[in-house]
Amino acid sequence: MSTTTTRKRKQEAVRQTRAARPKKIKSKDSWSIGDRIGVGLAWFFGLMLCLVAAAITLYMAWKGVSFVNWEIISTSPEASLEQSKTGGFLDPIIGTVLLTVIGAAIATPIGVAIAIWLTEYGRPAPLARFVEAGIEVIVGAPSIVLAIFGLLVFQQGFLSPFSFTAEGGAVFGRSFFAAGAVMSLIALPFVVGGTREALNSIPRHVREASYALGKDQASTIRRVLLPSSRSGIATGSTLGMAQIAGDTAVVVVLLGASLQISPEGDIPGLDVLKGTGSTLTSFVFQNSPAGEGNAPDKAYAAAFVLLLLVILLNLIVNLVTRKGKQVWG
Amino acid sequence: MDEQYLGIFDESEQASKEEHPTNRRVELMLGALASLVLVFIAGMVIFVFLKGLPSLTGNGISWFGGGGNVDEQLTNIFNSPAEPENYVYELSAFPLLWSTFLISFIAVCFATVISIFSSIFIVEFAPRPLERILEPVVKFLAAIPSVIYGLLGVLVLVPWINDTLITEEMRVSVRYVIQLDGTSVLAGVIILTIMILPIMIAIITDSLRAVPQVWREGALALGVNRWRALRTVSLRAIRPAIVAAAVLATARALGEAIMLAMVTGSIGFAPNPFDGFLFFLEPSRPLAATIIDGAEGLSVEPFGQTMYAFAFILIVSTGLLSFAGWAARKSLSRYSIGAK
Repeated sequence: MSTTTTRKRKQEAVRQTRAARPKKIKSKDSWSIGDRIGVGLAWFFGLMLCLVAAAITLYMAWKGVSFVNWEIISTSPEASLEQSKTGGFLDPIIGTVLLTVIGAAIATPIGVAIAIWLTEYGRPAPLARFVEAGIEVIVGAPSIVLAIFGLLVFQQGFLSPFSFTAEGGAVFGRSFFAAGAVMSLIALPFVVGGTREALNSIPRHVREASYALGKDQASTIRRVLLPSSRSGIATGSTLGMAQIAGDTAVVVVLLGASLQISPEGDIPGLDVLKGTGSTLTSFVFQNSPAGEGNAPDKAYAAAFVLLLLVILLNLIVNLVTRKGKQVWG
Repeated sequence: MDEQYLGIFDESEQASKEEHPTNRRVELMLGALASLVLVFIAGMVIFVFLKGLPSLTGNGISWFGGGGNVDEQLTNIFNSPAEPENYVYELSAFPLLWSTFLISFIAVCFATVISIFSSIFIVEFAPRPLERILEPVVKFLAAIPSVIYGLLGVLVLVPWINDTLITEEMRVSVRYVIQLDGTSVLAGVIILTIMILPIMIAIITDSLRAVPQVWREGALALGVNRWRALRTVSLRAIRPAIVAAAVLATARALGEAIMLAMVTGSIGFAPNPFDGFLFFLEPSRPLAATIIDGAEGLSVEPFGQTMYAFAFILIVSTGLLSFAGWAARKSLSRYSIGAK
């Protein structure tokens, strides 16, 4: 009797220790087929991304090196039936730069103001929520819709000074100014985003220190917060500029279809803003097989210059974020 | 973050209010400027709607239906008589709506799968050097202007599709309906997928990185492998972010105009998925691309009104999608994952 109970106890003890000590698993055993396929797919798609980016870069670089030369950059486009006489794309380059500058110049102050209100005041809270959502809606709004809405606005009679009025009294509604104003909407969310991020990264005690010195909120914003979020603002508006430089729909609708920059009116400087023109994006579009020009070589050359410009702007963003990072004690 | 500061600001505000009326004025001015965003959006929707209304009322419900050739109808509208009472509005926009839906939907489906896997790769499995390359790669893909994607599509991808994928048999089988020349739904979908990938990857990697480390360590401590821990813990935690990414990418896809105008063939045709793989190779033209093609005719009154009706459809659908994406991301930040 006693021997059987002890034996039973022993067996029980052995069973318990076995249960307590889990079976040793080799690390490979826990990877089922499905897991391996998952990891394999992750590797595959990750590498595919690199491959696609590399392919685009190399292809564009090759096309750029073969078609870009000084002549094509430094001559204005001409309308001609002969391909060799259609000139280069000096005017589109100037157009892109001009439009980018106008857009950023309008978007930056407005964007900074909105960002300050959202982060520093934000009252009443529901209104702030709605403004935040509204900015998301602007990000998502197709640029073609913004463009034809802009056309609708700038064709109103009271905005005729910003573009050109035809003889019948119809307002043309297309000009550098109109395109720049709509472009500023495309850049706006980026400025707001960059500025908000910078303002959010400033710790609370910095604001408190300013209040302790007797400054009120408005002057704290002006003297303390704005100067320290300078790099964020710069990042935001540079990203916005890259966005403007790459947008085509607004240009096609709002800048008119003229290849050269054609000034309107007789006030020097302002006449260009009132006039029509083209940008690198519209030049590429017009010269692609989908457009009227159908000169792939020129389209590639202009696309290469455009790509360089956009990459340059993005590099500036990287540089500014790295240099401008403020460390708060 | 904002709420956190509120208490302090209220006090300082109380103290300074009597001495500095300027402070109050600054707040009001900035607030008014910010509210202009909402006024602007409301104005845009209303004005575009009013401008497009004659086209919608002129057709009633058949505007959304099929029937007839859209391109012929658009030409008729463009050539309609100059007297307002004789304007032609007859249009059945179904092929354009269908093409918009089809291309965006397929591209977003592809992009969702690819972006989830590649985000997992970037966050968890990529070796250090590769991870460091991938970040600028994603940024680079996001930075390429859509017209360059379109150019590469129309000069590289379209001829390739025309030469390798389309056989002579296919051409003959549909020759009475449509001409196959490489400009196709497939080209549009492939490039659109590449174009919307970066936004999706950015949102998904951000929130994957924000999943608390201890959650995953808990799973790992229970003996599951890295892949399982990621799939069962991290991926489930960020489901709202995946929804947000897909929704925002859809908004982007719906609005893509230039690239699709270049590669999808600019023919108002509704490819039928029941035709098998062939429908991928048929040309088509979504709404946004139609507006680009019609940009020259905007000053012709009834034609312009039709274009504004398209724009109204686009702005309402993308606006709702953006709002939904924003709300989904907000819900995520409540659990402090992906607070951005």
